[in-house]
Formats: sequence, C-alpha cells, structure tokens
Amino acid sequence: MFNGLVNGAFYALLSLGLAVIFGMLRIVNFMHGALYMLGAFAAFALGQLLGLGFWPSLILAPLLVGLLGVVLERGLLSRLYGLEPSYNLLLTFGLTLLTQDLVKQVMLSRFAVSSAPYSPPEVLSGVVNLGFVVFPKYRLFVIALSLVVCLVTWFVIEKTRVGAIIRASTENPVVTRAFGINVSLWVTGVFAVGAALAGLAGVLAAPIYSVEPYMGAELIITTFAVVVIGGMGSILGSVVTGFAVGVLAAVGAAVYPPIANTLVFILMALVLLVRPSGLFGLPEGAR
Amino acid sequence: MSAVSKLGVTRDPARVTRAAWLIGLGLVLLALPHLIYPVLALDILAWGLFAVAFDLLFGFSGLLSFGHAAFWGTSAYLTAYLLGHGQSVPVAIAGGTLSALALAVPVAYLSVRSSGIYFSMITLAFAQMVSFLALQWTDLTGGENGLQGFARPSFLGLDFSDAQVRYYVCLALFTLGFGVAYRAVRSPFGQAQQAVRDSEQRAQSVGYNPARFKFTAFLLSAGLAGLAGAMYTFGHGVVSLEVVNWRTSGEVVMMTLLGGTTTLFGPVIGAGIVLLLRDVLTTANLPVGIVTGVVFVLVVLFFRRGVVGTLQHWRRRR
Repeated sequence: MFNGLVNGAFYALLSLGLAVIFGMLRIVNFMHGALYMLGAFAAFALGQLLGLGFWPSLILAPLLVGLLGVVLERGLLSRLYGLEPSYNLLLTFGLTLLTQDLVKQVMLSRFAVSSAPYSPPEVLSGVVNLGFVVFPKYRLFVIALSLVVCLVTWFVIEKTRVGAIIRASTENPVVTRAFGINVSLWVTGVFAVGAALAGLAGVLAAPIYSVEPYMGAELIITTFAVVVIGGMGSILGSVVTGFAVGVLAAVGAAVYPPIANTLVFILMALVLLVRPSGLFGLPEGAR
Repeated sequence: MSAVSKLGVTRDPARVTRAAWLIGLGLVLLALPHLIYPVLALDILAWGLFAVAFDLLFGFSGLLSFGHAAFWGTSAYLTAYLLGHGQSVPVAIAGGTLSALALAVPVAYLSVRSSGIYFSMITLAFAQMVSFLALQWTDLTGGENGLQGFARPSFLGLDFSDAQVRYYVCLALFTLGFGVAYRAVRSPFGQAQQAVRDSEQRAQSVGYNPARFKFTAFLLSAGLAGLAGAMYTFGHGVVSLEVVNWRTSGEVVMMTLLGGTTTLFGPVIGAGIVLLLRDVLTTANLPVGIVTGVVFVLVVLFFRRGVVGTLQHWRRRR
C-alpha cells in the first residue's frame, strides 16, 4: 500500500512531464522513458566520473537531461511541426531505441556493468516509524518531493502569468507572437522542463530500482496508460491518476499478485468505455 | 485514324505499372529462398504481410496503431499452442488467424472511437495488456521461456521439416493475404475508406458511416496481421515474448514507413530491407539497436515517402 505510493510518485512525476509536453506542445514524447533512464544514468555516471554524491546529482542530472531536451526539440522535433503528431511519436520511438542501446554500450564498455546499484544519501538511509507503519526514510522522501514538484508545476501552469503565456503560445502562436512573445523559445522551454521532470524521476528512482539501460521501457507504457486514464494533456488528471494507479496496483497485488501490472490497462479500458476522453480530459471536440 | 487504333489498345499506365510491380515482386519472392537462407526469406514474407496489414490501417485509414503486435503475437502463440496439442498445420494457422480476429473485435470497438494520437495510445495500451497476459498465462504461452519444440506434422505429403517447403507454403499464404489486401484497397470499400481518411465529414455527408468503415478496416488489418503471425510461428518453430513486445509494434511501423505507406508493395520491400540489414548487422556484430534507431530517425525526418513512395514521386514528376 505504502510502496504503492512510491510507485505512484514515479508514475505521477513521469506522466506530469508527458502531460506538460503533450498538453502544451501536442508532442507525444515516446522518449520520456529513455529520458527517465538517462536521469538515473547521469546520476550514476556523475558519481563514477566526478565523485558527485546524491544531492548534487539530484540537481545536475535533471539539468543535463533538460539540456538534452533543448537539443532534441531544437534540432529534431521542430522539423516536424505542422505534420501529423504521429510523426513525433515515431521520431521519439526511434530515438528511444537509439538511446537505450547507446547507454547499454557505454555502460558495458566504460563502466563494465550492465546494471548498477546506486545508494541513497546517508541522511536518508534507515527507516522511520510512522506509528502505523515502519517505512524507509528514502521512500518517504521520494513521495514528499514528488508531491511538491507536482504541486509547483500545476500551480505555475494553471495559476501564473508564465502558465498563461505558455497556453497562449500553444493555442494561438500567431497572435501570441504579435504581442512580442518569443513563442519558439517558450516551446523549447516547456519541452526542456518536461524532459527535466523525467530526468528528476530517474535520479529519484536510481536508489530504489538501480540503474539499467532498459529501466524506462516498461514504465513508459504504464505512464501512457496513466495519461490516457487521466485525460491526455490534463496536468491535474495525470498527477491524481499517477498516485491512484500506484496505490491501486499495490492493493491489487496484495489480493492477487499477477494482476498488479495489468490492472492499470484494465482500468484504462473501463474508463475509456465510459469516458473516451479520460477522467479529467475534455472531449476531443471541445479543445 | 491512328487515334482510333490507338484507342483500341489504350492502357491505363498506372495499371501497367502495378502489373509490373506485381510480376517483379512475385519473381523476387519465388527466387528468394535460393538467394538467402530460407528462414530469413520466410521472415521477410511474414513481416512483409504484417507490414501490409498495418498499412491497411495506417496508410489507407489514417489510423496509426501502435499495438499491432497484439494481433501478430496472439496468433503466433495460439498457432504454437495448437501445434503443440496435436493439431494439423492448416488447423493451427487458421486457429491463430481467427484468434487475432476475435481479439480485434473488442479492441477495434473501443479504439476506433478515438482518432489521431489518442488512437495510437489506446492501441498501445491494449497491446500491453496482451503482453502482460502472455507473460502471466504460462500454461498457454510458456511465460519467459516461450514455446518451442512443437510438432509440425506433414500434411498432404508436404514435409514441413524442410525450410524450403515451409517457405513456399508461406508464399501461398502470403499471396492469399496480399490478394485480400490488394482487392480491399481497390474495391469500393477501399475507396470509401480513403475518403473517410481524407475527410471524415465529407464522407459522412455523402452517406458513409466513418466509424463502421474504420471498424471493418481494423478487423481486416488485424486478421491479416494474425495470418502473418501464424506464418511466423510456423516458419520458426519457436515463439517468445518478443512477439508481443511494444518494440514489435514499432518495428512494423518502421518497415512500412521505410518502404512507403499507401503503396502496398512498399511495406513488403521495407520489411525486406530491415530484415536484411539486421541480418548483416548481427553477422558483423554491430549494435543493431543503435543502427535501427538511427535509420528510424532519418526515415521520419527526411524520407517520409519511403522507397516505393519516392520512386512513384519521381515517375510522376517526369
């Protein structure tokens, strides 16, 4: 149940990034899982090469992944704007294959491992007694941090001027440009932030799941299901559904273990039957 | 006067080109198992038909399914299961194909209500359900170990332990499947399907029901993907979880794009190129994933017409 919340925290962080990128830019970023893996890998590599610990990596790794996001958006994805969004999905799918195998090669040749454990910082090791359950400190930290990040992101996009500019840039780029706003800069920024969120989730995941080139591969599919259930593009929907799915899968696993991974897809089929646009999504025509 | 005699022998140039493609492709496929090793040739047939099936939906209906591995994989598993339980080869292949078709009914019903990227996501998620089932339902699928060592009893005097014999049986099945796709695309149904793709509203206003066309196209596509999956199992004699993995769904997209969507011949050629390339890479011990990824990215960015599409484009411009 409580471990479900930990998984939920990762689902929420990842689907938040996906929802930001899809909701704002209409890009289906299939590479999100690979960016998550790169976040974890960056933390591991920074530790190995520069001796950096968890805390600096927690800042640096997402920044690096965000920077890669800038390169991707500017160099590759921007060439596909105006075409069907399917091409974004296909391009990022190809990049995923490329990234996974590239990291695998690097891990094998440079670090001579195919999968590496990563230790949480000293402060967060050990357990804490919450009265009703004894829980590892690190996992508690993951849940708390991800909740904070989700809340901040939601607040920025829904309630501030920055969010308003982003939404205007994507809904009507021509008029927004006429107001003197540099639309393409904002678009790049949004993609970078989405990518950085994936990178952050990766660093947080490293001490729990250990670093491995294909760690994002299965997770991304669950995340897609979360986004579909929550309503594609809905920030709130992604976060709420993310945590809910994590808990639900944990409860399901307690009752009937093999069902844990499939439950999210069963849930998705049920939700789609009743509400084709997802729990928090607007109907397609209303956009 | 010369005009009249010319009229008498006038031929539709597009038709001549199509016939030339058909004959050319046919000859290559007949000779294929003598040019490369037969199991690789068989792979090209199975994946080629799979890609044609995918293109029926993507190219001709505008629906990007990112979960076609579900149909290919379900059929592959059921064919293996039936063969493992003493059924004859034709029964197993038919059973596999029908299982894909049966699975497609609820999936199509639920997914054709969405369009664009929503459709892709939903098909992907359904395929993941199938993939998890394949992992868990070990009695039927063998879980992580997959299924192997099942019999392929001789039928009508055909000895299926010979890979060449298997190839030509599959070529017959491929011709059947390709024929169905070819007919469907050129039939009034196919025309209406493309009308729905180009403008749903316009198609609706002339009296077509878009949802019904998409549903039928989905079933047809899934059924052919199922036939291809059955061919794959029959050809290899092994099935593993790879057949239901999302990479498989992505790979068929890549083959189709590389060959050229909406061309029917393109997907087969794309499948051939990808499989031959992979064969070369594996033998040369080069990282397959990295090269495949790079090719995929380049195709999406700069070569969206694909091989056959580009050739057609050049011909038309001249």
